[in-house]
Amino acid sequence: MRIALPAALGLALLALTPAVAPAQDLLPPAPYAYRQLDDPEQEAKAQALMETLRCLKCQSQSIADSDAPMAGDMRHQVRSRIAAGEEPEAIRAWLIERYGDYVSYKPQVTATTWPLFAIPLVLLAVALLILRGRLRGRT
Amino acid sequence: MTRARWVLWLLVAMAAALFVLFAVQLSRPKNDFVQSAMVGKPIPEFTLEPAVQSRPGVSSADFTDGKPRLLNIFASWCVPCAAEAPQLAALEQQGADIVAIAIRDRPQDVAAFLSAYGNPFSRIGSDEISQVQLDLGSSGVPETFVIDGKGVIRYQHIGDIRDRDVPILLQKLREAGA
Repeated sequence: MRIALPAALGLALLALTPAVAPAQDLLPPAPYAYRQLDDPEQEAKAQALMETLRCLKCQSQSIADSDAPMAGDMRHQVRSRIAAGEEPEAIRAWLIERYGDYVSYKPQVTATTWPLFAIPLVLLAVALLILRGRLRGRT
Repeated sequence: MTRARWVLWLLVAMAAALFVLFAVQLSRPKNDFVQSAMVGKPIPEFTLEPAVQSRPGVSSADFTDGKPRLLNIFASWCVPCAAEAPQLAALEQQGADIVAIAIRDRPQDVAAFLSAYGNPFSRIGSDEISQVQLDLGSSGVPETFVIDGKGVIRYQHIGDIRDRDVPILLQKLREAGA
């Protein structure tokens, strides 16, 4: 009888759980969402690009890592465009034109990001100047 | 000696500035929305087959006849899309022409969704692999774009349309020349 109550509770909980249909997956995924390109060289290019593109639904993953249906659709775009002879950077540019820099993980030097690249160099220069001043002071 | 002290204060000031920067940026509310960079640009060229028998499909040419329209991106499997149905109906009643694109959807599911929640759409295209969605810079469902009579994207609403968004969308339609 001791087990009966938890077991009954468990069954009741199971009965309450709604039948969750994977509704977004009723359609088969896009042709190249999970299928690699036949040409290994093209597939390598596509893979390298997909690892540097952000999944828009699961924003800390790349589209290569994500099983979100939309990431699959983005992989299909990348693979079919590469198969059609498009350059990876042209595909990245196509996506940036639509979603902004946010869609790409590859760091780009732009009007807003240049301080990130410049500040470390400036700090290094300042450090060298201070060091030189100190060493001179000693002699 | 005074020069060394000045440099030390400079370091303290820099550290303080860094902390202020962190405090400001970390206290800003998180925004997961990815805005489309296509606002202000012409709608990309596309042709979509009808998603249901009762409405024609959608092509980019439908947007260049001089009349501003709403373009609603939805799916039958999307819960907030059902939540915004009354607001879409209100927009249609107030004169908005709403064209829709169904994402990754089957005809029978779209038909069931429309019979359950109403059909305020004049056209419904079927985008089975999110191709047009990606071309529009849309990152999810539901989203609603305002397209002017020349086919230029004027405004993007991300997420379901709430009551307070209805007048905003009508205003954006007027600004687009309705």
